[in-house]
Amino acid sequence: MQYKSQAVAKPYFIAAIALFVGQILFGLIMGLQYVVGDFLFPAIPFNVARMVHTNLLIVWLLFGFMGGAYYLIPEETETELYSPKLALALFWIFLVAGALTIVGYLAVPYATLAEFTGNDILETMGREFLEQPLITKVGIVVVALAFLFNISMTVLKGRKTAISLVLLMGLWGLAVMFLFSFYNPSNLVLDKFYWWWVVHLWVEGVWELILGALLAFVLIKVTGVDREVIEKWLYVIITLTLVTGIIGTGHHYFWIGTPGYWQWWGSIFSALEPIPFFAMTVFAFNMVNRRRREHPNKAATLWALGTGVMAFLGAGVWGFLHTLAPVNYYTHGTQITAAHGHMAFYGAYAMVVLCIISYAMPVLRGRAANSDKSQVLEMWSFWLMTVSMVFITLFLTAAGILQVWLQRFSDTPQAFMQVQDQVSLFYWMREWAGVVFLIGLIAYIASFFVKGEQEPAAA
Amino acid sequence: MSGTFTKSMARNVFYGGTVFFILLFLALTFDSMQALPKRDNRQALTEQVAHGKKLWETNNCIGCHTLLGEGAYFAPELGNVYVRRGPEFIKAWIKAQPTGTPGRRQMPQFHFSDEELDALVAFLKYSSEIDTNDWPPNVEG
Ligand code: HEM
Ligand code: HEM
Ligand SMILES: [Fe+2]
Repeated sequence: MQYKSQAVAKPYFIAAIALFVGQILFGLIMGLQYVVGDFLFPAIPFNVARMVHTNLLIVWLLFGFMGGAYYLIPEETETELYSPKLALALFWIFLVAGALTIVGYLAVPYATLAEFTGNDILETMGREFLEQPLITKVGIVVVALAFLFNISMTVLKGRKTAISLVLLMGLWGLAVMFLFSFYNPSNLVLDKFYWWWVVHLWVEGVWELILGALLAFVLIKVTGVDREVIEKWLYVIITLTLVTGIIGTGHHYFWIGTPGYWQWWGSIFSALEPIPFFAMTVFAFNMVNRRRREHPNKAATLWALGTGVMAFLGAGVWGFLHTLAPVNYYTHGTQITAAHGHMAFYGAYAMVVLCIISYAMPVLRGRAANSDKSQVLEMWSFWLMTVSMVFITLFLTAAGILQVWLQRFSDTPQAFMQVQDQVSLFYWMREWAGVVFLIGLIAYIASFFVKGEQEPAAA
Repeated sequence: MSGTFTKSMARNVFYGGTVFFILLFLALTFDSMQALPKRDNRQALTEQVAHGKKLWETNNCIGCHTLLGEGAYFAPELGNVYVRRGPEFIKAWIKAQPTGTPGRRQMPQFHFSDEELDALVAFLKYSSEIDTNDWPPNVEG
């Protein structure tokens, strides 16, 4: 570790992994409820499990982004963090607030939670991904601002690299777009219109800047390729991202009451959104092929390459699959959407966080890389999780195609629940693939505890 | 990307391109806001509808159902349920939950008053009359 203050990243990474486990457990509960409808009912209704699953996902990714920033920024700016104490305090505030929110979801009916947390003052709850009580949302903003202050002050006093600037823009963008979660008019169309300014402009906008910066950082470290080359690529990738992704928001404005011209704008621009993801894959492989050193951390290199490929598959290919308006007319809000959501979130954001953890954690624990034994187990976990996610996606896609066919495309359309019964085989297979995913995750955690001969320190 | 295309050129293209497309997006947003009054059924937005939307949100209905195709995929689309089932069926259905049928997906009991049920139905009626460019493809949603 080059800078003492980088150490604050460690608790962030540990919390991220712990919450990831929670996310997957609730995913498995829901996956079972898909086929055994009354499983855990009424203790944990499906909608509660879903909130826990998706909110834990967002929170652990945020922990990962913040940890990544605290690790990366001192090294990039060549100066200690502005305030490591603030970083540590924010860690506990965020963790406790997050945990209380999850407990709130599970312990009391949602309507009661809304009543006691100020939803009557400003109604923001009960919208997908933005289910957090008002006080939690305000807490998120406060933590984000204090975090950004800390990071920005560090960058201001240190070296300003493209990687740190892009990361900073992504993180500021994340916080700014989240402010739209406070706007929830009674007009459903307006509500939905600006809801996407949070959700879409996050995952297909500012988060991609964070993704690109983290990936570029790890690639510089493990390949030793010249910074000029890597940072030029980074700019090209994020240009493509925002040029396509901002107007690409239109692919959510086809059927929610918005004007018909969005079918053209949305289809054309979002159809181009796979390009930056493709560029990212080419970028990762290119840099690894041109490497100037053999970094002992093979696992981190694997995660970096995997992020490129899986983000392209999940976001690029599976996104393109249903993004043209005439196709989306039939697939909108089906299991096809769920298939894409899973592979994209895993391939792009879960994997890049696991990538930066894989690179940084050994250094934070005082070595350049883990022992071979530990790395072999970590690579097993990479393949178990990644391959099972491919299967989850394929099974959900199969279920989705049948759903579209029976419920939407047919001359004699069948009712939703009737169709669900007929595709249950695929839901069972999804659940088994999910069990394999959990095994992969357990192997991943186990790899942290495997000892063996270690590479000496000095990265 | 050979030697002539430098990092600072890439950076300038990034800033220029981003600003341009943000402005274009804001312009399209502005135009949409002008067009919405004719499409979003706002004349039907009564106190009762607003109350219905609040109940929809504070009971997290979106955690199982889709509304205009967005939400969860565990239970049927409700943007057009008013057309598919009608007001009386919807109220009777909500009151009768959970079915308790073994192995079947269960919907919770929310203990709504009659007035609250009417508000929810009003909200679902309002939603069904939004101009969605003819989505969903058929009444099954
Ligand atoms: C890493 C990037 C991405 C992530 C994490 C992601 C994630 C998601 C998620 C979670 C949803 C469901 C939202 C909801 O619940 O309503 C969604 C919807 C959608 N995504 Fe993505 N996405 C990404 C990139 C893309 C790209 C690049 C495209 C197009 C090429 C795309 C096309 C779509 C479309 C068309 C929908 C709407 C589906 C529907 O109509 O039901 N996505 N995405
Ligand atoms: C054991 C593995 C998993 C299982 C069984 C599982 C199951 C589920 C289920 C049943 C839903 C709700 C679908 C619905 O609304 O009807 C869901 C939603 C979601 N899950 Fe998972 N999940 C798993 C892992 C993951 C992972 C690893 C990620 C991302 C890294 C993820 C991200 C999401 C997202 C983004 C949604 C919302 C999707 C949308 O709105 O389209 N899940 N999951
Ligand atoms: Fe999108």
